[in-house]
Amino acid sequence: MPYPAVSVQELKKCAAEVRLQIVQAMGPGKFHHFGGSLSATDLLVALYHRQLRLRPSEPDWPERDRFVLSKGHAVPALYVCLARCGFFPKEELATLKTLGSNLQGHPDMRKTCGLEANTGSLGMGLSVANGMALAGRATGRGYRVYVLLGDGECQEGQVWEAAMTAAHYRLDTLTALVDRNELQAMGRTEERMSIEPLAEKWRAFGWETFGIDGHDMGQICEALDAAAEVKGQPAAIIARTVKGKGIPFMEGDPGFHNVVVTQEQFAEAVAALEATIASFGG
Amino acid sequence: MSELKGTRDGYGEALLQLGSEDPRVAVVDADLFRSTRTADFAEAFPDRFFEIGIAEQDMVSTAVGLALGGMVPFANSFAVFLAGRTFDQTRQQVALPALGVKLAGSSAGITQGPDGATHQSVLDVALMRNLPNMCVVVPSDAEEARLATRAAAQRAGPVYLRLSRYETPVWREKGAPFEIGEVEVRRPGGDVTIAACGVILGRALEAAESLQSEGLSAEVLNVHTVKPLDVDAVIASCERTGAVVTVEEASTIGGLGSAVAEALAERASRRAALRRLGVADTFGESGSADELLEKHGLTAQNIAAVARELVARKS
Repeated sequence: MPYPAVSVQELKKCAAEVRLQIVQAMGPGKFHHFGGSLSATDLLVALYHRQLRLRPSEPDWPERDRFVLSKGHAVPALYVCLARCGFFPKEELATLKTLGSNLQGHPDMRKTCGLEANTGSLGMGLSVANGMALAGRATGRGYRVYVLLGDGECQEGQVWEAAMTAAHYRLDTLTALVDRNELQAMGRTEERMSIEPLAEKWRAFGWETFGIDGHDMGQICEALDAAAEVKGQPAAIIARTVKGKGIPFMEGDPGFHNVVVTQEQFAEAVAALEATIASFGG
Repeated sequence: MSELKGTRDGYGEALLQLGSEDPRVAVVDADLFRSTRTADFAEAFPDRFFEIGIAEQDMVSTAVGLALGGMVPFANSFAVFLAGRTFDQTRQQVALPALGVKLAGSSAGITQGPDGATHQSVLDVALMRNLPNMCVVVPSDAEEARLATRAAAQRAGPVYLRLSRYETPVWREKGAPFEIGEVEVRRPGGDVTIAACGVILGRALEAAESLQSEGLSAEVLNVHTVKPLDVDAVIASCERTGAVVTVEEASTIGGLGSAVAEALAERASRRAALRRLGVADTFGESGSADELLEKHGLTAQNIAAVARELVARKS
């Protein structure tokens, strides 16, 4: 049994709680990457609370699965998952992006327990994941490697250099997820610099691809399992998502990439997320 | 006189030795394995050699992943691409987390020769020296490059090795000790200090020889480690001689010349006259290595002439 027995329903509730914790950590009055953290939340919850084989009490366990957050600006969502897994105390979440905090604005693996790589400047995470997968092969370790990219990030040339490398080396221990929320910092991806047809691009580069609803926990789990079964080539999961998911006034609005929310907006967001959590019952 | 070799040749020999001694040593290359001298490693250890194609950025980030997977990766390309094109990958993923990724910048400097300005890395030392946690080593001959490569593999953090195709005799005595971060006094003297790094060291030694015949005693420092600079040793020599010429076949802005100037300005208790020889705020161009060195004043004659001037200025 590779994965802990956790139900889709439990994961959904967990994701709702994670969203609330993200927003609480960010708070009102400060710039934060709300939209892209919330679009990636379900994917991260499925990874950290079901898929990844980890030992939070032994973070350097050599056989652990690796996860690289290539879209580093969504790291608040990852911090919440790491804290819930026990890599560091939940109380630290309140220090997000403040002076002296272990929780930097973008991932710094030397500061945060559980982070596997430095990202932030976009386009580099897939290459790192490739290197981890190649190292796993060379050292005979059986771990899997996961990497989450933003859709706007796929405009970076290095992503496609790395896509070629993964296919060339037939890295079937690697799964890439693309958070396809259709928005980037300055607007819609298809208006700024079109990336469609996205799945066809990954296929053309030699990848097995899966298209899913990135907020449907059942589909996420099935796709992660199916990707792990792919042999002889890497697998990409293109997850259709909604930027700002879970907070009605943010959903799909390109204005919530990296912004300050007011006290009123903050209260409204918290109320919406608390209502979602309550809908799962005690 | 021993046979002529480039520092890249000593690097390739060391890689092969390291490969058989340590199964963690891995190599990534960007379609230059014959030129970067990783071909022997590739043949001997195909499971630990990764061709990444003409994609230097992917190559450096892949090396990062290899390091995070427990390996000791050496990333290879021409110095001009490695230091320039992958600067952001190196900044964010190698230097910031102080990862044990070894960057081997090959065919460095104006001694790259005929390929011209686009392929001549005159800025690599300055760029790499500016990165926190980075160690910058510029070996002066093939034997020193072999030792530096072994030392780089042993060192915990990132290392930039600046390697040349320019062929010189091996001046270093077999078995002479080599420590990253320690200046080697290659020739003791009292009238002027010549601080050099890289393949130009031989010309500095020749200059010292010719000065000797005029009755001037030049101390030649082999500053193979530009960062961390052995400040104490450099300052001690300059304070004693009162004059220093820095010699490098790289930009004088940000390289060894800058490092020595900064150390002198802040640390020396006695004034010392300084001249920096190197590529002075300009790009390279096509030509033979020797022609280009001459054009930029990097000949034994000119080093001696500048040293003589400085000594005259002292008195």
